[in-house]
Amino acid sequence: MKDRGIKQRGWSWWYLLFLIQFVAALWPPFYNKAEPHLAGIPYFYWYQMLWVIIGAVLTGIVYFATESRQ
Amino acid sequence: MQDVNWTALIIFVLLFAFITWLGFAAAHWRRGDLDLLHEWGLGGRRFGTVVTWFLIGGDLYTAYTFIAVPALAFGAGAIAFFAVPYTIVIYPILFLVFPRLWYVCHKHGYITAGDFVRGRFGNRWLALAVTITGIVATMPYIALQLVGLQVVIGAMGVSGSGLAADLPLIIAFIILAAFTYSSGLRAPASIAIVKDILIYITAFAAVIVIPIELGGFGKIFAAVPAPKLLLATPGPNTTGAYGVYATLALGSALALFLYPHSMTGILSASSGRAVRRNAALLPGYSFMLGLLALVGFFAIAAGVGALPEYAAGFKQFGNNFAVPALFLHSFPSWFVGIAFAGVGIGALVPAAIMSIAAANLYTRNIHREFINQNPTDKQEAQMAKWVSLIVKFGALVFILFVPTQYAIYLQLLGGIWIIQTLPSVMLGAYTRWPNDWALLIGWAVGIFAGTAMAIAANLTPTYVLHIGGWALPGYTAFYTVILNLVVVAVLTPVFNAIRARPAALDETVASDYFA
Repeated sequence: MKDRGIKQRGWSWWYLLFLIQFVAALWPPFYNKAEPHLAGIPYFYWYQMLWVIIGAVLTGIVYFATESRQ
Repeated sequence: MQDVNWTALIIFVLLFAFITWLGFAAAHWRRGDLDLLHEWGLGGRRFGTVVTWFLIGGDLYTAYTFIAVPALAFGAGAIAFFAVPYTIVIYPILFLVFPRLWYVCHKHGYITAGDFVRGRFGNRWLALAVTITGIVATMPYIALQLVGLQVVIGAMGVSGSGLAADLPLIIAFIILAAFTYSSGLRAPASIAIVKDILIYITAFAAVIVIPIELGGFGKIFAAVPAPKLLLATPGPNTTGAYGVYATLALGSALALFLYPHSMTGILSASSGRAVRRNAALLPGYSFMLGLLALVGFFAIAAGVGALPEYAAGFKQFGNNFAVPALFLHSFPSWFVGIAFAGVGIGALVPAAIMSIAAANLYTRNIHREFINQNPTDKQEAQMAKWVSLIVKFGALVFILFVPTQYAIYLQLLGGIWIIQTLPSVMLGAYTRWPNDWALLIGWAVGIFAGTAMAIAANLTPTYVLHIGGWALPGYTAFYTVILNLVVVAVLTPVFNAIRARPAALDETVASDYFA
């Protein structure tokens, strides 16, 4: 039983949150357009910059969600 | 070329003098016995979350990055922004894989990826393959850091002929070599803090001041030619620029933490928890990198490429001169000095960590494994110090006597080579399932196919695969690591079935990979 508990800690369902940023960042059809502009910056650029921040927040969520169980 | 910019040069030299002092003083920081390899080469594994943040940031976001990414945006446009999705996906990878590696390396005293692979798979030849790949991929990377340094020194108007032309670079290198030798990883860790502060100040000043000077972001993007503004929409039966963009980002992300200098930065953290925290905190640098990529567009809008005073710089350094030219054009001299010092010091930090990482690899996984199996602790640390000098000297000679383009080609190939260690190192952190000889053959197939594809593509990073009437251009490293993994998956059951002797010993157990 003890061994099983250790193995379970190798994986958490929270890690699936990471999939979101992989898809959002690696699928150019989502963001390869100029409109809408934000403060003069085309969508292509501010979308990806925004995802840097969202990605950091998601990683932070996964950190706190998995850290408390250890 | 233009006259020497004395104000900028004096500030640059003063800041360099400060970090030189700091580099030597760092030997006494979190004091340890520098005659032990893990003290010299990993800072005694004593860096907490904050220092690790500066160290890994200083390690991964190099001077060359700050010069080359905006230069690519300046020259090629939107494709350069692949650096942003790339830095978005590296942190989940860091979070999932590297705390496990940190724990197992801490438990068994591993200092390099070679140590880990040797212990995990019990195969010295597989460990040797991982080690040599790491060293070979690192060397041109060090050389490229010097290019960043060369560009900013040239941009301050320091020039000469013969030896005098190279003298500033040689002096910077002697400083780097001396403090790395005496202080080990503590030197770049402390200097990284200074470097990151300078770079942050520069990046924020650039994205606030220059757009105001140029009349706002709207005007800047209006000045960018339409084909450079977005990726080209793929035609029928091809993934076109989309495939290139996504595979460059993902492939580069998978390769990044396999580089020895990344591993050194991660293993020097004081806990696996510090590594996990940094996965959420390091995107602070990604944001800055995105801002700096935009600076390439600022350079287009400012029209520095057409100004006569920068013609000589562009002739000598190509598009890499875009950012220095823009700074000279937009900032007062004293601030140019600060910005260029940030880039110059930003070259020394990763160069130091890379040379330490290569030295650790040679000392542990070649010298100790194959030449002198029972060195004293002091001999081992001394060997690493000497090797770090040799590695840096090699990089200096390379950059002085070989055209820069060769270093760029080799760095490109290095990315394709280093990713072939992924199955052994990153997969190995999770499973012992792959057969060690299958891993070695997969590595060899990946290296061979990747090199051949890169040469067939005229030493460009992307290769066009043709499958079922579709043309799929993509990053060669990404394609070949998939091939590598397929070879491992196919050969592992075969080798397990025909094996005459018992499986090589795994000296790690499942519980080593956790807190």
